Amino acid sequence: MIQADLNIILPEIVLAVFAMLALLSAVYTGKDKLAPMVTWATAVVLVLVAAWIGINGEGTHSAFGGMFKDDAFARFAKIVILVSAAAVLVMGQDYMSRRDMLRFEYPILVTLSVVGMMVMVSAGDLMALYMGLELQSLALYVVASIRRDSVKSTEAGLKYFVLGALSSGLLLFGASLVYGFAGTTLFSGIIAAAGEGHAPIGLLIGLTLVASGLAFKVSAVPFHMWTPDVYEGAPTPVTAFFATAPKMAAMGLFARVLHDAFGGVVGDWQQIIALMSVLSMFLGAVAAIGQTNIKRLMAYSSIAHMGYALMGLAAGTAFGVQALLIYMAIYVTMSVGTFAFILTMEKDGQPVTDIAALNMYSKREPGKALAVLILMFSLAGVPPLVGFFGKLYVLRAAYEAGLAWLAVLGVIASVIGAFYYLRIVYYMYFGEEEGDALDKGKSPVLWVMLMGSAAIMLVGVVNLFGIEAPALVAAETLLR
Amino acid sequence: MSIAALAFYLFAICVIAGGLFTVISRNPVHSVLWLILAFLSSAGLFVLLGAEFVAMLLIIVYVGAVAVLFLFVVMMLDVDFAELKAGMAQYLPIALLIGVILLMQLGMAVGVWQASDIAEAQRAAVTPEGVENTAALGLLIYDQYFLLFQLAGLILLVAMIGAIVLTLRHRKDIKRQNVLEQMWRDPAKAMELKDVKPGQGL
Repeated sequence: MIQADLNIILPEIVLAVFAMLALLSAVYTGKDKLAPMVTWATAVVLVLVAAWIGINGEGTHSAFGGMFKDDAFARFAKIVILVSAAAVLVMGQDYMSRRDMLRFEYPILVTLSVVGMMVMVSAGDLMALYMGLELQSLALYVVASIRRDSVKSTEAGLKYFVLGALSSGLLLFGASLVYGFAGTTLFSGIIAAAGEGHAPIGLLIGLTLVASGLAFKVSAVPFHMWTPDVYEGAPTPVTAFFATAPKMAAMGLFARVLHDAFGGVVGDWQQIIALMSVLSMFLGAVAAIGQTNIKRLMAYSSIAHMGYALMGLAAGTAFGVQALLIYMAIYVTMSVGTFAFILTMEKDGQPVTDIAALNMYSKREPGKALAVLILMFSLAGVPPLVGFFGKLYVLRAAYEAGLAWLAVLGVIASVIGAFYYLRIVYYMYFGEEEGDALDKGKSPVLWVMLMGSAAIMLVGVVNLFGIEAPALVAAETLLR
Repeated sequence: MSIAALAFYLFAICVIAGGLFTVISRNPVHSVLWLILAFLSSAGLFVLLGAEFVAMLLIIVYVGAVAVLFLFVVMMLDVDFAELKAGMAQYLPIALLIGVILLMQLGMAVGVWQASDIAEAQRAAVTPEGVENTAALGLLIYDQYFLLFQLAGLILLVAMIGAIVLTLRHRKDIKRQNVLEQMWRDPAKAMELKDVKPGQGL
């Protein structure tokens, strides 16, 4: 029995063992001198594991008595997580090396956090959920303050840690109520105990607390307060990581726990998710208008995007989950490109985060300015770019599930939100000429990521690179 | 009232009182001592439930290690707790409001509490007949909950790496002991014998 179970979690085991081997070999040899090499090796391993899961994975398996599930949904999320984590590691390597913050523990912590995320999206039990979540979060708290001599970075880590502990407390309290109701922590047992229709009040409070704890992880309003500060304080490569893989993992976990464990009482959680979705979209759209720091701006942008992704979840249908997965995959791709650009924003070797520095950027570097223009339009959801199709999917899912009001509010919020994306484009193309210009970016990796991401936004309109079919399969396995 | 019920209420009141005084006592050392009382009383509750192993674990780990560590931290770090608590009065009204609302909701939940019909059947038997508490726990942790156990190990590994990453500093300007260097030190090279002539000096 244990042999078969271990085979199912083999990708996770491989990653964990790789992290430990890399840690040992780096400690006993060159330490931080090896950091760039470890970073690249980690990225290669992450991509290889993603390819392995993508090629080899089929069917639905469950291990350890249903505690761990390997199905199409988990595989879809895992591939997005692994590839985006690898991309972000590679992007940040040069930036961190030059500022002397690249320590060999960084890629190792990222790997362990990815293991946690993979457990999260595969969780079939409240305890496995919590273990995955903590493994992921603990590593994230550390990398947020990895620049330990900077007050802002330390503050970001501490803030994230304290609020994260609070959210874990909420989640655990909710989980204990759910256990008290169902008599088991297995999702399959909870869904059997909850039955159809309306949840009794005890289960309802448990469900609400679990949802609050998870909403913190996806930074949905009203649990978003940490996001701008952490995004701003953490080193930019770490911020790029926060904006991609953990968001996908938390959304995957959210969808899994709501459908696998509480799939019978959709009506009860639908209103919670719909409310969080509306609040996130509007807060993200309105609060970003006053921001001049591009990292804070991206933080609010991610809050708004999480609102749209939650809209797909609120639909409570297979189509909704499919829309959620497509939306998240697109969002992660756009984020990678945008952060690749933010990482190139430097003046005399110092990072610049003020968007005013982008004035007339198009004159100096027309190619990159065009790529950013495409990415910003895509983030804003301007047709016919790929970002628009992501929004279209979630709006359709909400509409078809009878949440027309939610879809209408989503459209309004996206119009408001378009303002600050377009403002960046305005600065780049029609801004005032200023004396001091940004440095010319030299890093080929960042250039490739930025251009690649922008190209995907353009070319993807043909068929979204065929992700609709796997997303549909994933959504259907989740809802069965 | 049976002895068990009496013991339950005694321990339960002690847990709540301990928790309350941990938060409100002025002296941080007293807070830690109250916390120890809360831990000890909850250990008593576990004994009442028939989970002796967990009870002992709570005493050994939490009272023996964690609380003592807290005590050291509180005494060694010069944290001005009065200053930390200064903001409390400002937030007290809203905190009380939220607390009361939560309490009312919990009261509602517990008041009409109903477990699912199949909850009893789904609940795993705490200890199989004839198996001791500790043995039963071992069977669960190393067999059924193997995955969770290993994940907990990974979490501890991350905590360890994190603590080292964030706090360890290699200072270049201090002398460190290098055992190998000491062992391979050659007396012939380390010492220089000079033949000093009387009356001449070096």
